[in-house]
Amino acid sequence: MLKSKDLLGIKELTAEEITLVLNTAAGFRDVIARDIKKVPALRGKTTVNLFFEPSTRTRTSFELAAKRLSTDVINFSVPTSSVVKGESLIDTAMTVQALGADFIIIRHSSSGVPHLLSNKLKASIINAGDGINEHPTQALLDAFTIREKKGDFRNLKIAIVGDIAHSRVAKSNIYSLTKLGAKVRLIGPPTLIPRNIEQLGVEVFHVMEEGLQDVDVIMMLRIQMERQDKGFFPTTEEYVKNWCLTSKRLSFAKKDAIVMHPGPMNRGIEITSEVADGASSVILEQVTNGIAIRMAVMYLLSGSRK
Amino acid sequence: MLKELLNKEDIDRAITRMAHEIIERNKGIEKLCLIGIQRGGVYLSNRLAAKIKNIEKKDIPVGSLDIAFYRDDLNIRKEQPVVRRTEINFEINEMKIILVDDVLFTGRSIRAAMDALMDIGRPSLIQLAVLVDRGHRELPIKADYVGKNIPTSRLETVVVQFAEESGEDKVILQKEETDA
Repeated sequence: MLKSKDLLGIKELTAEEITLVLNTAAGFRDVIARDIKKVPALRGKTTVNLFFEPSTRTRTSFELAAKRLSTDVINFSVPTSSVVKGESLIDTAMTVQALGADFIIIRHSSSGVPHLLSNKLKASIINAGDGINEHPTQALLDAFTIREKKGDFRNLKIAIVGDIAHSRVAKSNIYSLTKLGAKVRLIGPPTLIPRNIEQLGVEVFHVMEEGLQDVDVIMMLRIQMERQDKGFFPTTEEYVKNWCLTSKRLSFAKKDAIVMHPGPMNRGIEITSEVADGASSVILEQVTNGIAIRMAVMYLLSGSRK
Repeated sequence: MLKELLNKEDIDRAITRMAHEIIERNKGIEKLCLIGIQRGGVYLSNRLAAKIKNIEKKDIPVGSLDIAFYRDDLNIRKEQPVVRRTEINFEINEMKIILVDDVLFTGRSIRAAMDALMDIGRPSLIQLAVLVDRGHRELPIKADYVGKNIPTSRLETVVVQFAEESGEDKVILQKEETDA
């Protein structure tokens, strides 16, 4: 059972709770492989997608998950704003709750917004990405995909490559994979890896070929092109030269290594098409598993709310 | 308080008889499959399949079914039921399904299982096989094959143990201790 009514981040979960979500998601994988991909488990419940940041895949994935659990789904469109307007954010959430929401899926450009709402609302808050803090369901679906392919996490070497500093995906994955007992390596330029991040129990590499040596899993991160202006790396060409996952670089990893990417991909920048579409890639499986994981999270949180 | 109702031999004899009944009633094993409800029903369905193979010298398809998502008490239970795998690696359309569970009690699990099966396909018929029928039905559901009818009080619990899980086959009656 999950202790909290909300899923705010992986940081707040124990290894046992993470494993419970993965085990439950396996049952939902069976469901979404059928012709009738829907179960009545959460019939009569209401889910509200509250996305303050543009997102197609995550929102769609949550929407499908909610529908396949038989909840009613509302996509509450929020004018995009870069500023958190304290009260008005809470007002919006309170309004959504007053409409009868049992689950509020929230994405916001500011870190900590789900945590703020969690204390104010009775509904289950699910963090779909908050600033540079966490994106817990992405890490859970990544863990699920890895477990399906590799089994036990202990003894696995997993490399996360790219813009670690600005990535909530990386953050959530570091928490989850270290809790599950994997050895995590971070690979990227010094400007994109926070100092002292080793305290989280990870190793840092600034040369890609060295970091990829003998790894079982390679997780590529999306390079956010908008950051290019801020001088974290000199030019796109140089980034590609040093950090793009090519077939040649992939050959440094174990023979049966898998390649992951949370999407959307910048083909030819952080990953070549050859690798993204190659035999090692599990990128599309990640997308499918995402629905099962989100169904599992909602199903379990529904029990914790009682 | 514990009381042993069936031992290993009793259970084996009951399963043997049920296997014969299933074959007789369905005039063979054509289009027949077994689907066990997680978890006790899964062990029992494997036992039944082995017996049927012994008699007919042929394998019949066996699957497992988890009913967590179809339960009618999700809103009132204190904890969400643990979700286990549904593994039915064959088409159930037009098949004769023997639904298998360890204990038949209120009938609510069977209702959930039938709803789950209907979402997977359209079997030509569903029959129900249980090791123990302990009475107290709350829905109009009746088993086609029963290992043992055991009248119980609602305060009692029937526990079916299979060697696969607890090292020994037995059926136990647990009486709740009351102050009265």
